[in-house]
Amino acid sequence: MFSNTDFWSFIFGRLTWESIPHEPIVQVTFAVVTLGAIAVLGAITYFRLWGYLWKDWITSIDHKKIGVMYIILGLVMLVRGFSDAIMMRAQQAIAFGDNQGYLPAHHYDQIFTAHGVIMIFFAAMPLIVGVMNFVVPLQIGARDVAFPFLNNFSFWMTAAGAVLIMLSLFLGEFAKTGWLAFPPLSEGTYSPGVGVDYYIWALQIAGLGTLLSGVNLVATIIKMRAPGMSMMKIPIFTWTALCTNILIVAAFPVLTVVLAMLSLDRYVGTHFFTNDGGGNMMMYVNLIWIWGHPEVYILILPAFGVYSEVVATFSGKRLFGYVSMVYATAVITLLSYLVWLHHFFTMGSGADVNSFFGITTMIISIPTGAKIFNWLFTMYKGRIRFELPMMWTIAFMLTFVIGGMTGVMLAVPPVDFVFHNSLFLVAHFHNVIIGGVLFGMFAAINFWFPKAFGFKLDPFWGKLSFWFWVTGFYFAFMPLYVLGLMGVTRRLRHFDDPSLQIWFVIAAFGALLIAAGIACFFVQVFQSVRKREELRDETGDPWNARTLEWSTSSPPPEYNYAFTPMVHDHDAWYDMKNRGYERPLEDFRPIHMPKNSGTGPILAGLSVAFGFGMIWYMWWLAALSLAAMVVVAIVHTFNYDRDYHIPAEEVAATEERRTRLLAKQQA
Amino acid sequence: MKKTLRAGLPLLGILLGLSGCGMVVLDPAGYVAAQQRDLLVISVVLMLLIILPVMAATAYFAWKYRHDNLEADYQPDWHHSTQLEVLIWSAPLLIIIALGAITWIGTHTLDPYRELTRIEHGKVIPQDTKGLNVEVVSLNWKWLFIYPDLGIATVNELAAPVDTPIDFDLTSSDIMNSFYIPALAGQIYTMAGMKTQLHAVINKTGTYKGFSANYSGAGFSGMNFAFHGMKEDAFKEWVRKVQAKGDRLSRKAYLSLRQPSEDVPVKYYSGVDKNLFHDIVNRCVEQSKVCMNAMKPGEAGPKETELGNDRESVGANHANGNPARRNEPSANEPEGSKSRSQSAVPNTLKQEKRDEGGSPGAHATREGDNGDGAGNASGSGANTNGGGAENGGTKEPAPTD
Repeated sequence: MFSNTDFWSFIFGRLTWESIPHEPIVQVTFAVVTLGAIAVLGAITYFRLWGYLWKDWITSIDHKKIGVMYIILGLVMLVRGFSDAIMMRAQQAIAFGDNQGYLPAHHYDQIFTAHGVIMIFFAAMPLIVGVMNFVVPLQIGARDVAFPFLNNFSFWMTAAGAVLIMLSLFLGEFAKTGWLAFPPLSEGTYSPGVGVDYYIWALQIAGLGTLLSGVNLVATIIKMRAPGMSMMKIPIFTWTALCTNILIVAAFPVLTVVLAMLSLDRYVGTHFFTNDGGGNMMMYVNLIWIWGHPEVYILILPAFGVYSEVVATFSGKRLFGYVSMVYATAVITLLSYLVWLHHFFTMGSGADVNSFFGITTMIISIPTGAKIFNWLFTMYKGRIRFELPMMWTIAFMLTFVIGGMTGVMLAVPPVDFVFHNSLFLVAHFHNVIIGGVLFGMFAAINFWFPKAFGFKLDPFWGKLSFWFWVTGFYFAFMPLYVLGLMGVTRRLRHFDDPSLQIWFVIAAFGALLIAAGIACFFVQVFQSVRKREELRDETGDPWNARTLEWSTSSPPPEYNYAFTPMVHDHDAWYDMKNRGYERPLEDFRPIHMPKNSGTGPILAGLSVAFGFGMIWYMWWLAALSLAAMVVVAIVHTFNYDRDYHIPAEEVAATEERRTRLLAKQQA
Repeated sequence: MKKTLRAGLPLLGILLGLSGCGMVVLDPAGYVAAQQRDLLVISVVLMLLIILPVMAATAYFAWKYRHDNLEADYQPDWHHSTQLEVLIWSAPLLIIIALGAITWIGTHTLDPYRELTRIEHGKVIPQDTKGLNVEVVSLNWKWLFIYPDLGIATVNELAAPVDTPIDFDLTSSDIMNSFYIPALAGQIYTMAGMKTQLHAVINKTGTYKGFSANYSGAGFSGMNFAFHGMKEDAFKEWVRKVQAKGDRLSRKAYLSLRQPSEDVPVKYYSGVDKNLFHDIVNRCVEQSKVCMNAMKPGEAGPKETELGNDRESVGANHANGNPARRNEPSANEPEGSKSRSQSAVPNTLKQEKRDEGGSPGAHATREGDNGDGAGNASGSGANTNGGGAENGGTKEPAPTD
């Protein structure tokens, strides 16, 4: 086709016309996504929003806006991950006997890999990090995180990873290895294509963002708490955020290293994990689970924190057993490093090793059980208001204990031998991740949305979404428990035994209910924006809540607090309300604030180019963009114009507006 | 523990009732899987002791303390009770202590590397019982079963006589798979360059599903095989059928079988090249490659022509207190050196094999390294260095009988 092949292959590396997928499903998706993107970009241009987006959002270093952007990213990727899920459910519901289903192995294997990777790294993580980003500084009475620019950079790195994953849908392929890319399957010998390279670079780039945001939040919580907020007065959500970020800081480097070793195997022919040359894939499996198991707790701990805040607020009662809650969280943090081997009891470890890891795993259920009891006794003798966040919490309590039970079953090694990799396992971890993490995120979104935007989310569509999600979850995953008991393993594309089909059909029906739940959630947001005047909250404290963030206005001013609050109790705002707190109305001072910066998105854009170059062997592109990243980073260090002061008059004017609003409320 | 067992019986009844609809995990046909099922039921019952009250209390409190029930007691500042705190920590703790003890015992008795001492509840294996040795190789994307004592091999079909201990040695040609027959026993991974083990027994005749339980690439969905539990006579008949129909599984035939293929039909081999499994584990089926157990650390020199080095590394392993737990092909061992762990098929079968299959003399020529070499494979190369999960270097020998 081309006269000078060498030249073109230098420019484009492995990328050729053949790299564009030929499956009609992908092509249609591509067309739809492209049209959608053109429409969105066109609308932004038409309404002249580029300047606004760039100045107020993309370059923003306000932790609240970054938190919101994380959550938007998480929700968008949730939809992507869910469309993978529903395709899998459809395939498994029809592919019996002579019917091979509609997905060839090449496509199906990418879908279940992408589903896992996207849901964990690009849906759950951004939602968790987003909520922590938004809530933590407000909850500890700080004006921003410790390193505001780094926060913006972290977000855009995560987004850059998501961009690479999305690119893999339309250029080349994604990994066909399962979400943890175990070698030897993920080695160059068996996966020579670009799929695993997309996997590696998307995770490396996003992982860097996650690690840095972990550093940032740990520093924030340790150093920036309001005066009086000693460790045992930190709100529970912030405690769980602290533990989660400690886990991130300690675990993500392991992921970075193990993926770097895999890329050395693939790019330069080392033998860390290969079959020959002294490599050992067991080392990869150990290392990736040393990251992977803490990752599970990285996701669930902040959700536990959300439930703790919600249950205390909506029961109108102090959280039962605050101290044991804190210790339970800390114990889970420590123990989460001592259980990784339970992911591969079936690898032939000795009975002593297996028993050790089985029993440490069970021990985690003790603090977790204590937490459940604490929530239960918080409800006891309370006045429970069944608003949406509380509904999600009760659904969580009833659902999560089932997942906890099946989890402990899997922790018994001989039982794991029969359930490992089965659909029982799949049902278990969806039970804890959907029933724990996702329900928690919906509770969080419904709970803190009025804080972020100044109006509540519409309860009607919210309830509809809730019921679709909860029933959909049970329909989708209870059949998988049954199938696991029938000895059906996961990641199968086709089945011979027709007696299994009914269960897969029920599961597919459940997935449709969940689809309705997701749709209702987006309708809920849309409706709430439309009816925002009706749903408006001007008090800043719509739920009669307990922690500091509810003491400021909704949405909070960019400086969060005109005066740093003084804390005397762990439910600081409840305590202030009880003691007849009065807002200070004068003596405002100029507030020192960090300035926005475009360096984060620029570096992230360059890292997409770098990753793309590495994936497609366009070495010139990789080298250029890497060099450009170094230059941009160095130039950024010479930017001394990084902060400004909000004048006292402006602060006074903002606070005056709020005073008038509050007075109107009381009148 | 007996009490919980008794408490668990009604639940067991329900679960077994459900097993009517094909829940093989709850209604297996092998003694090992049955014990695993029992552990499953015990652990569920133990946990339900705490989970059912919690779920009931959640629903009850949510209803009782609802916002509009003004009659319910409301104590907004009640947040601590030492008795309750002790209870909520100790109740799960007690359950976990019980479950942990059961786990420790169960994990050791049901260690897949441990030789069976019983073939059914209360039925100790008599001293003179001969087990069946099977060498399992997962290939892309099919299963190869070598019966070293019978000199036969099959692809995607496995058979064993009922009530006979089966001793599996497993490895993989390329990708990691997991060998799983739910009716027989729990699964175990197969990994290239390493040998894993599984001991099991099938107690009921029948045909059961076997498959790979670890995703291994494009042909993974079709990596199924039938496992036949047969009466002694039927099994002998089956062996004769394989011997009558099949070709020979030479190294060359193995290398062509190793090429990726999907949905592979059943295939029989009436003879197998000697030490094939040993060489698969040590990744030296091709004549040009050095066996992993013949390499010294940091050395990947030319292929040894003499096999003397093998012997040395074997000796070293023994000196380290890692005796090879079982040797292979025991049919070639001198009569006097047999122990239960080494012996395999009923004598009659072995006799048949000697009569019909291959030339025993040829086996004997490489006998020296042959027996120890394969046993050593698990402790060699990648395994011992590989850090822990593999048997040879780290496992203490399980008590026999």
